[in-house]
Amino acid sequence: MKNTVKQIFHSPKFVVGFCIFALILLIMFIYPLINPGDPLEMLGLGSFFKPGTYVSLYDSAGAQSKTLKLPDADVRRIDQALSDEDRVAMGLWLSGAGVPDDQIDLQDTGSLLQLWHSNYDPATRIAGMTKAQRNYYVRLNTKLEAVKLGDTLYVAAKDAASAALSEQRALGKNDYVNLSDVANVKTLPLGTDNFGRDTLKEVVAATGTSIMIGLIAGIIATLLGLTLGLLSGYVGGWVDDVIMFFTNIFTVIPSFVLLILITYSVGQDQRGAVTVAVIIGLTSWVWTTRSVRSQVISLRGRDHVNLSKLSGHRLPRIILRDILPYIASYVVMAFILQVSAAILAEAQLSLLGLGPKTTEVPTLGLMMNWAMLYSAHLNGSWWAYFPVIMVIAMVYFSLNLMNTGLDQVFNPQLRD
Amino acid sequence: MKGYRKYFGKKLFWFIVTFIAAVLLNFILPRLMPGDPVAVITARTARNVSDVSAVKQIYASYAEQFGTNKSMWEQFVIYVSNAAHGNFGLSFSQYPRPVKDIVLSALPWTIGLQFPAIIVGWLLGNLLGALAAYIRKGFDKVLMPLSLFFSSIPAFAMAVILLVIFAINLKVAPISGGYSYDMIPNFSWNFVRSIITHYQLPFWSIVLTAIGGQALGMRSMSIYELNADYVKYARFLGIRDKKIVRYVFRNAMLPQVTGLALSIGTMVGGALVAEIIFSYPGLGTTILQGIKMADYPLISATTLIITVMVLIATFVLDLIYAFIDPRVKASQFE
Repeated sequence: MKNTVKQIFHSPKFVVGFCIFALILLIMFIYPLINPGDPLEMLGLGSFFKPGTYVSLYDSAGAQSKTLKLPDADVRRIDQALSDEDRVAMGLWLSGAGVPDDQIDLQDTGSLLQLWHSNYDPATRIAGMTKAQRNYYVRLNTKLEAVKLGDTLYVAAKDAASAALSEQRALGKNDYVNLSDVANVKTLPLGTDNFGRDTLKEVVAATGTSIMIGLIAGIIATLLGLTLGLLSGYVGGWVDDVIMFFTNIFTVIPSFVLLILITYSVGQDQRGAVTVAVIIGLTSWVWTTRSVRSQVISLRGRDHVNLSKLSGHRLPRIILRDILPYIASYVVMAFILQVSAAILAEAQLSLLGLGPKTTEVPTLGLMMNWAMLYSAHLNGSWWAYFPVIMVIAMVYFSLNLMNTGLDQVFNPQLRD
Repeated sequence: MKGYRKYFGKKLFWFIVTFIAAVLLNFILPRLMPGDPVAVITARTARNVSDVSAVKQIYASYAEQFGTNKSMWEQFVIYVSNAAHGNFGLSFSQYPRPVKDIVLSALPWTIGLQFPAIIVGWLLGNLLGALAAYIRKGFDKVLMPLSLFFSSIPAFAMAVILLVIFAINLKVAPISGGYSYDMIPNFSWNFVRSIITHYQLPFWSIVLTAIGGQALGMRSMSIYELNADYVKYARFLGIRDKKIVRYVFRNAMLPQVTGLALSIGTMVGGALVAEIIFSYPGLGTTILQGIKMADYPLISATTLIITVMVLIATFVLDLIYAFIDPRVKASQFE
């Protein structure tokens, strides 16, 4: 036993897979300690906030300010304010006014502005330009000038009785606050989802639920498959016929169809994460049964089994002591595959709207489903679905890698 | 010839048995719901209907269709005879369109998309797997982890990734549907071209997810065969490498055909979900509509059709297997 474990951990594939999986588990347990709270709490009003740090505007207007003179502050401000269309329009005007094309760099805001200020003249008439377009350039120019000249923003408070505004504070362009002086700062590393929930926190919680679903389904499927396979293979006779009859049928009927029918029949209200896991487990025992049976058939004629029979040992003892140890490695591998298949099955069911009840727990499939329903993939909100895909792929990948590693340890012929 | 006949007879028997089992399951599972299934279905269908008489009508219509007032046995006879005539009732979400029409209009899209994609994925996967086993060294070192990773990405995720890269960022492919919105199906060149451009992304997302798993299977099968005694013996006899390799890969292909027969159900399931991402007008999208709209007759008919499709595909693969593996004849006599 000790030797086997040692051997397994010498397989690089298994070790890599194991490390990835352990890392995922570690994050799953540690992250909620760092960032506690309900993962389904709706923080944002609105959907799909970009990833980043959110600073309270209200608090920062009240925080103590310092003056910093940063050389490119203006350029950066304009950089943020200029849309891509504005840049293209500026480039068009400049090249229309005779500036050589190779001098115009639309992405370099500093040089673009310099060119603009040295060349732009509202009086210049460019051939083929309509009056509306000329007016657009005048507006664009005023916008640029306004940022360049020092404006001050005034924060005013409203008097409750007279509704008059009174100046509270003037915000100069060179006023800065230290982030630690602002009372409310929230970092959302993966933004928010369509309900305004913290995506990172939700993904971590969902990974936990999905792995739990995988484990429950895997344990049920493996136990069921193992029991049926042992009975069918060792006892034989009519027991074998009956079990194989059902196994043959369920091998061909796609389990996905069964899952759809059963989960739909169970109904939305009854479908918790555990129920879905149990259903997945009950529909995926077939493979284990088939393989265990064929291995047991080849084992049952071996000398040590016959000896055990002659010694008068009972069936449970023979199965436990003389058969199980020989197929244990296979059963472990089958279990790993069942877990990964179940995680995938849950995701696919959820995408069809047949996943666990939506209000209780997040699962990877449900997150994917919501992201798709709210067209996150069409409006560029990658943070709502890409982390989910990556987690599913990484969990699946690590489990598969462990499985391949085990396969090579137990089947020396496959070794490199 | 006798061996083949026996083999086909056995396969045909299992085909019929599984077919009956599939029909039975399709009949029984929804009826296993606790309480009055018709009431449950009605409640789900009529979630947004406030008119009491309308709800009663829906209930009466379901009761009529499922014949819940009759005995279980009679119900089954009615169900089977209806299904045999292709009568699956009227759809609730697209009333008064018959379910048969909806399923029949979706079927060609799914068959046209999935079977070529699965077969191409299988062929490419086997080719890469065989090359990896034969060349080993660098090719294998790169291909092996890549295949493992690619086979870990589910079809729907691959669909989303391809959609975002090619349809949204590069804008070289359409985002959804089976053909342009502004077109009416006809046999013009424009329409065919529209179908082809809409076909690319769903097709490749299924192919790419199929390749990885198949390549891995083929690789280990080939390595297994390459180490077999008959290969060593053939080498001792001085038979040329090229000739040996041909035999090796033919033998390694055989389990792969069985593997395809056994995994086709899973692959179809994954591909159905990939269809949904592209709103491809096939059976996957139809099921989704049925589930969203609580359209029970539609779900029941679609799941039955998918099962029958998979059964037929498996049966055909079994038949092909018999022709390419002479050992089948021998093994059947044991």
